[in-house]
Amino acid sequence: MEIPKSFLGYKRENGRVGTRNHVIILPVDDISNACAEAVANNIKGTIALPHSYGRLQFGADLELHFRTMIGTAKNPNVAAAIIIGIEPKWTKRIVDEVAKTGKPVEGFSIEGAGDIETIMKASKKAQEFSIWASEKQREECPVSDLWISVKCGESDTTSGLASNPTVGNLMDKLEPLGVHLCFGETSELTGAESVCAKRGKTKEAQDKFMKTWSDYNDFILKEATDDLSESQPTAGNIAGGLTTIEEKAFGNFQKIGSRQFIDVLTPAEEPVKGPGLYFMDTSSAAAECVTLQAAGGFNIHLFPTGQGNIIGNPIEPVIKLTANPLTAVKMKEHIDVDVSKILSRQMNLDQAGDELIKATLRVANGRFTCAEALGHKEFVMTKLYRSA
Amino acid sequence: MASTDIIIHDKKDNVGVVVIEKVAPNQTCNCWIMEDDGSATVEAKNEVPLGHKLALMDLKEGDTIIKYGHDIGKVVKTIKKGEHVHVHNVKTKKW
Repeated sequence: MEIPKSFLGYKRENGRVGTRNHVIILPVDDISNACAEAVANNIKGTIALPHSYGRLQFGADLELHFRTMIGTAKNPNVAAAIIIGIEPKWTKRIVDEVAKTGKPVEGFSIEGAGDIETIMKASKKAQEFSIWASEKQREECPVSDLWISVKCGESDTTSGLASNPTVGNLMDKLEPLGVHLCFGETSELTGAESVCAKRGKTKEAQDKFMKTWSDYNDFILKEATDDLSESQPTAGNIAGGLTTIEEKAFGNFQKIGSRQFIDVLTPAEEPVKGPGLYFMDTSSAAAECVTLQAAGGFNIHLFPTGQGNIIGNPIEPVIKLTANPLTAVKMKEHIDVDVSKILSRQMNLDQAGDELIKATLRVANGRFTCAEALGHKEFVMTKLYRSA
Repeated sequence: MASTDIIIHDKKDNVGVVVIEKVAPNQTCNCWIMEDDGSATVEAKNEVPLGHKLALMDLKEGDTIIKYGHDIGKVVKTIKKGEHVHVHNVKTKKW
């Protein structure tokens, strides 16, 4: 198949391109959720991103919170952002960083004003942003403006045999076109860590990967009451036939095809070394991982599943594919791309990869994913440790 | 081409994955070896459902299970060729 050279995206002020055109109402902290949701309820064409944290965090955990907030609002799938926090200082810190992209952003703080006055003021601004964003048109953009993140979930053996290698096939075909790519799931590479490290393009990238994985493993050994065998693999994985974390890891690893990664990103970090594949240190919990990748600036997500994970994200469209013929039928409304014919040898990986590329471009052009149509918008902050 | 009951990822693997709804005891299963597009057959000893693994050779306690050409865990209970391979007879080497 000749790969299309372009797609229709939203060109942003800083040169990045969005596959979506959201106006977000982003609470800085848990207690500002009610206000943010009220604004989104008032003003059509906006979406609130409620979450559970943002108070009394400190150190690296607080920095990750800010990185996730700022990165989410900076994501090119976001046309404009309203930031609402209890206090002006943390709210302003986010607004100032997002403003550097050139996109419309305005902050509101609740302390001293109360919910109702804040809702009124923020709603007026949100209405302005929503009407402004509604006039944005999709334009032809090169495929290299796609930033594709990947993560698999509710995996079973069909993931490692077929749906993950389909994603790998897509990576092998799209990376030469200058696309940014990102995989994560530090914990679920356990068992394949030394094989994965060798995929680092440079010695520096390899060492950085091993350090990231070892730090995670040390944390597990320190915190674990027994081991991870109750949660890795999960009950769903085991029902699907996956026996050990090593088996899951080698299956997971098929998603990067034969690519090499150029750098290792901290959670929610934006890649700056140009096009190519990046590894991001993330949890393997689906919503946490995709939230971090979206905050890193990725604008479209590929999610292979075996037993049928149903996750979506509020700003980054999540395309689901499965090679499990039962899941493809029983959970049809969650599956965007069915590659189960690989298992019956009625389709090969090359054809499956082409199908996935076509689906990815259609979604990039604006086609709703199953998760979007079903209203899945899981936005989950990663927390490194307990708050003060 | 005979229909495929079991997929073997790598020639070195000592387990294969059932890709039909299930295989029945005494069923002669057609295997497809993905790595080199080869074929093989194995007789199932147990009922094994879709996605689950079946041993391609006799395995004893302490042996290593190879899948994707890599070590994915250790045998903790003797497994005969054609038997179901899962959490009841294989454990991770990690923890």
